[in-house]
Amino acid sequence: MLMQQLLNGIVVGSVYGLFALGFTLIFGVNHIMNMAHGTIFMWGAFAGLYAVTLFDVPFPVAVLIGALGGGLVSVILDWTAFRPLRKQGAPEFSSIVSSIGASLILLSLAQQLTATRVMRFPFDIFPIVAFNFFGLRIQLLQLVIIAIVVLMVVGLLYYLYRTSFGRQIRAVAVSEHTSKLLGINPTAINFQVFFISGALAGIAGVLIGIVFNSVHFMMGEPLLLRAFVVIILGGLGSIPGALIAGLLIGIIQTLTVAYLSAGLADALVFSTLFLVLLVRPTGLFGGASAVARVTRR
Amino acid sequence: MLTIENLSVSYKGIRALRGASLQVKKGEIFALIGPNGAGKSTLLNAASGIVPIAQGRIQLEGEVISGRAAHLIARSGLIQVPEGRRVIGPLTVAENLQLGRQASGVRGSDASDLDQVHSLFPILAERRNQLAGLLSGGQQQMLAIGRALMGRPRVLLLDEPSLGLAPVIIREVFDALIRLNKEGLTILLVEQNARLALETAANAAVIEQGRIVHQGEASALANDPVVADHYFGRATAA
Repeated sequence: MLMQQLLNGIVVGSVYGLFALGFTLIFGVNHIMNMAHGTIFMWGAFAGLYAVTLFDVPFPVAVLIGALGGGLVSVILDWTAFRPLRKQGAPEFSSIVSSIGASLILLSLAQQLTATRVMRFPFDIFPIVAFNFFGLRIQLLQLVIIAIVVLMVVGLLYYLYRTSFGRQIRAVAVSEHTSKLLGINPTAINFQVFFISGALAGIAGVLIGIVFNSVHFMMGEPLLLRAFVVIILGGLGSIPGALIAGLLIGIIQTLTVAYLSAGLADALVFSTLFLVLLVRPTGLFGGASAVARVTRR
Repeated sequence: MLTIENLSVSYKGIRALRGASLQVKKGEIFALIGPNGAGKSTLLNAASGIVPIAQGRIQLEGEVISGRAAHLIARSGLIQVPEGRRVIGPLTVAENLQLGRQASGVRGSDASDLDQVHSLFPILAERRNQLAGLLSGGQQQMLAIGRALMGRPRVLLLDEPSLGLAPVIIREVFDALIRLNKEGLTILLVEQNARLALETAANAAVIEQGRIVHQGEASALANDPVVADHYFGRATAA
């Protein structure tokens, strides 16, 4: 029973990690607290869902369309809400306000579109296959989700740390000013960062929509709140931190619901954050981002 | 090679440059000296496209580059080594050098560039896997210059390369610049250390309050009593 719940926690937690990864990426590179990340997640789920209900596409295509949808909304958000502020050299706080506004618009649009209904993926979107493994019941869907998350994280790390584009992204994260002097086009870099971030959120949206069998316009908001916990717990701007903290939060939440009460889940999640910050104010993996911030000036 | 005509720049209502003109010839080191706040860095940053220009024109080998985005100016071959080095601290030395390639744009770059930088500054080869932020000031300056060289500059702009460095390190950096110049690199050098700058350069200009007030051969400027009085910090017989 405990192992079963742990497994469920890992599955949910890895999707939280995926969501938080995009959030922390934008924070790390553009220093923006993107309050619209939850709505991007929701629009990614919508894109996947509509592709399935309208065009009857299979699961892998739905995930892909969720990624494209999330990435597209995220890039549009950057162009409309953040780029004008960057051009004026506005303080970082103004982008938070701008993202809250954008998030409200995206929420209302989704509410209008769906008439506030809760929608579902068709039951046959993913074949229900389960394996028994030492008394542990593992669903194929769970394995596929974990595989997708691992693939995405490895892919992102490879992109950031092993490619020329990734090097440029890390340079812009430290100083856009210096990057320009080196011939790096910050517009192209921001496009990539926002697209990747949105695509990760969109994939997470489709996966969560299928796992919890519900897609609705408010689905991203509780996740955004948890993403805050995840990235603060993991250390702002830290990629491994976001992932591990995501898993941790997923496990705590699942175990609380299973053994205590569903109402206590958020209380325990935030208590964990409180306790960790008492001991490590920069979060579990906060050291590296602190160095990045110092070099930035 | 690099022609700056009648350049004016305003910063929040303050005129930082008022119609500055200068010409850097192919293959020379040109020094721009002047007191703090005279507009030296503003001139470089305007040339690099970091600061918008109010008036004037900048040409690189006859091609007008003013008005282009900063990264495109770098890619056209006018590459700046900024004041305070500005290496990308959390990246390794090797990664910083790789970033520099970006500015080579369509002109392209290959493995020989890295070899040249390594032979100019062997310490960068030794420290290639170290984080750039952990290098000493002098090593960071060498990295910043090496990084700019990776972009195959047609004109190298240097903003206060001696700032905050020990005299022996300054010598090492300037010897490298002289060597690069002998190999054919055109350099525009901005310095507060006027004596050093005038010793190194062929031609020079003095900038004060956003205007070029003297211009000519560096040796002639060095012997000019007014310039010497103002910038060498020694009393001259009036």
